[in-house]
Amino acid sequence: MTDPKDEIVQHLSAMRAFAMSLTRNSALADDMVQDALVKAWTKIDSYQPGTNMRAWLFTILRNTYYSHHRKARREVADVDGEMAASLAQKPDHDGRLQMRDFNRAFDQLNDEQREALVLVGAGGFSYEEAAETCGVAVGTIKSRVNRARKQLIEILQMSDDEVMEATDMVTTGIVTKQKHVA
Amino acid sequence: MYIHLKGYMKQDRKLSSLEQEIEANLKRAYDDVAKQEVPDRFTQLLEQLRKADKKNAETSDD
Repeated sequence: MTDPKDEIVQHLSAMRAFAMSLTRNSALADDMVQDALVKAWTKIDSYQPGTNMRAWLFTILRNTYYSHHRKARREVADVDGEMAASLAQKPDHDGRLQMRDFNRAFDQLNDEQREALVLVGAGGFSYEEAAETCGVAVGTIKSRVNRARKQLIEILQMSDDEVMEATDMVTTGIVTKQKHVA
Repeated sequence: MYIHLKGYMKQDRKLSSLEQEIEANLKRAYDDVAKQEVPDRFTQLLEQLRKADKKNAETSDD
């Protein structure tokens, strides 16, 4: 008979990714994963073999977040975010800038929206699995995902317009200059 | 009227490409971490927990 404890290691990477999307800080995320691992190990009897272990582990992970780390997240400075911001240079329309914009917009979502969106949009969870993981109804997950997407679009559209305006101003400047030369 | 319609189409295209960007960035942000090598502290932790289990089993067997 296989020991479910042996399967935990397969989910470490995903646990770190999910933790990161909740805490938005790599040091906090890893502390959280560590706590969740110990918890999972000691309460392995509550896992039913044959069911979705990743969903079970994620449930523990998010409980850890909401009971301990959510508070810490607000207290620590957003080191990762600050670093990302200082790395960014000028508004080229390349992948890096889009990622920075995306991260900023993503940070503005609330915890519930972020986790729902990540589980469904990146973690490969079905709405049903995400609902089970978060302990809410399927409809709740669906509306959280929809609201999160809508909000991201609104935020990103706004920043996109700002870039467009800036570009227009530069273009106008060049055109004016050219006219002047002519 | 024609210009108005064209404006809408442009807006729609912009929106759907934004949606695609969001989906792609969402996955990229997650995968960036998920594809990283797992730090040793976690595999070491699992080993420690396993060792502690064995120790407990031995003492309870006696």
